Amino acid sequence: MVAASTLKTFSVTLRVWRQAGPAATGAFVDYPAKDISPDMSFLEMLDVVNDELTAQGIEPIAFAHDCREGICGTCSCTINGKPHGPGKGVATCQTYMRSFSDGDTIVVEPFRARAFPVVKDLVVNRAAFDKIQQSGGFITARAGSAPDANALPIPKGDADLAMDAAQCIGCGACVAACKNASAMLFVSAKVGHLGLLPQGQAERDRRVLAMVNTMDTLGFGSCTNQYECSAACPKLISHDFIARMNRDYLTASLRSAFKVAPANTGGGAA
Amino acid sequence: MNLVGNLFGSSIGRKILMAVTGLVLIGFVIGHLVGNLQVFSHPDKLNGYAHFLQSLGPALWFARISLLVCVAIHIWAATVLTLESKRARGGQAYGVKTWIQATLASRYMRWTGYVVLAFIVYHLAHFTLGTAQSATYKAALPAYKMAHDYHVLGFTVVPAGTEVLDVHRMVILGFQPPLVASFYLLAVGLLSLHLLHGMDSLFQTLGWRNSRWSQSLRNVVILACLAYFAGNAAIPGAVLSGKLSSESAAKSAPAAHH
Repeated sequence: MVAASTLKTFSVTLRVWRQAGPAATGAFVDYPAKDISPDMSFLEMLDVVNDELTAQGIEPIAFAHDCREGICGTCSCTINGKPHGPGKGVATCQTYMRSFSDGDTIVVEPFRARAFPVVKDLVVNRAAFDKIQQSGGFITARAGSAPDANALPIPKGDADLAMDAAQCIGCGACVAACKNASAMLFVSAKVGHLGLLPQGQAERDRRVLAMVNTMDTLGFGSCTNQYECSAACPKLISHDFIARMNRDYLTASLRSAFKVAPANTGGGAA
Repeated sequence: MNLVGNLFGSSIGRKILMAVTGLVLIGFVIGHLVGNLQVFSHPDKLNGYAHFLQSLGPALWFARISLLVCVAIHIWAATVLTLESKRARGGQAYGVKTWIQATLASRYMRWTGYVVLAFIVYHLAHFTLGTAQSATYKAALPAYKMAHDYHVLGFTVVPAGTEVLDVHRMVILGFQPPLVASFYLLAVGLLSLHLLHGMDSLFQTLGWRNSRWSQSLRNVVILACLAYFAGNAAIPGAVLSGKLSSESAAKSAPAAHH
């Protein structure tokens, strides 16, 4: 039997941010979304609306999307004032139209932050996250293929905690939700993920110092401990990682202040 | 990378400065309250205590300057971080923005901070410098003769018979105007609200907080802030309601023996 919810369609009004390009002035425009199935995802609903707009000769709404199963971090809509919409622990692509009611006006905006400039309509450029990653969110030495199981002893709890942090899909909802447009949750997830594992220890201090420095340089704000980020995160990454990064940053700053620079930096090559 | 540069130059560093200076100031306001609650005891207590603090000389000035430096760093860091964060948010505001879980206290830190700053300025002018309400300033009141010795850690620091400034009377007279007492009540209320977010927040900023005990920490902070407010509100509250008056203090003066 087909579930009742799939039979009954409904209509909503979309109030969408339209902006032709990075330098253009944007504005909200209302579009009707008619005969919407409650089982459509938010993005599928946008597809339907775009088909209609295209048929009418109107430029379709540009929005970012890729995997549509909540693992790529590409979708980036702020829906009714919350990044990724009303659901807890879901991305826009996993937000279903059953979260809304017939006759609702749904306000759809891009993720907003100075470090995430609007490209077009709902699409923002999140290259700033890549730059933060490139400044230290990796292990320099080639790790090779998977090592033998248990060759490196890692307590189960640490491995699981590292995986909690590694769930970050880099979507930017934390920045979009924060009143300060702070990237602390993203950066702390990346720092925490590697900092919890033995492979990440050699570069632990350098990583946190470099990534925080890049984060500041790119113009993200600071943390005021309101935890809007972790509540908006589609992976529900805990703000405990922010506390962890604060501690890491302080100890790394202390240690680097007393670290002796090697006299021969050429490693014998000279 | 250097430590001082990181503390003053980075976003996390400035947050750490806010947390550490905040911690010092929390320690001060709690100590200050405990000292002031002696107003409910015999006038010897508060007057002896005030005289003892004034007699500390260089140590008093060291404490005063340290506290002022903490206030200055706290305000400087807050200002720089707020301006940076406003810029980070970008020019285009959200059409609709909802709060998900941010606490009320956390959303009004800047505003409660402004009132606390105004309060500190008035409080210093009122009881320390005597530029506000100068008619009831301690130097304008008749000297008070200590009825008993005042002890600190078992040592007699102010012997009986010493003529000291009548701080006890100044406090009671200072809170007589209902407007002043009401402003104090409002200010300590907002300071408690400021501490409600600040006390919790500093553990996060210094990296000591996690979900294992954050709820217990929150409960302790709420209780501490309620107790802090109750203690602070008690003094102007008691004057405003007439429970504490210069007549009641004068009456208790000869009777008290302990």
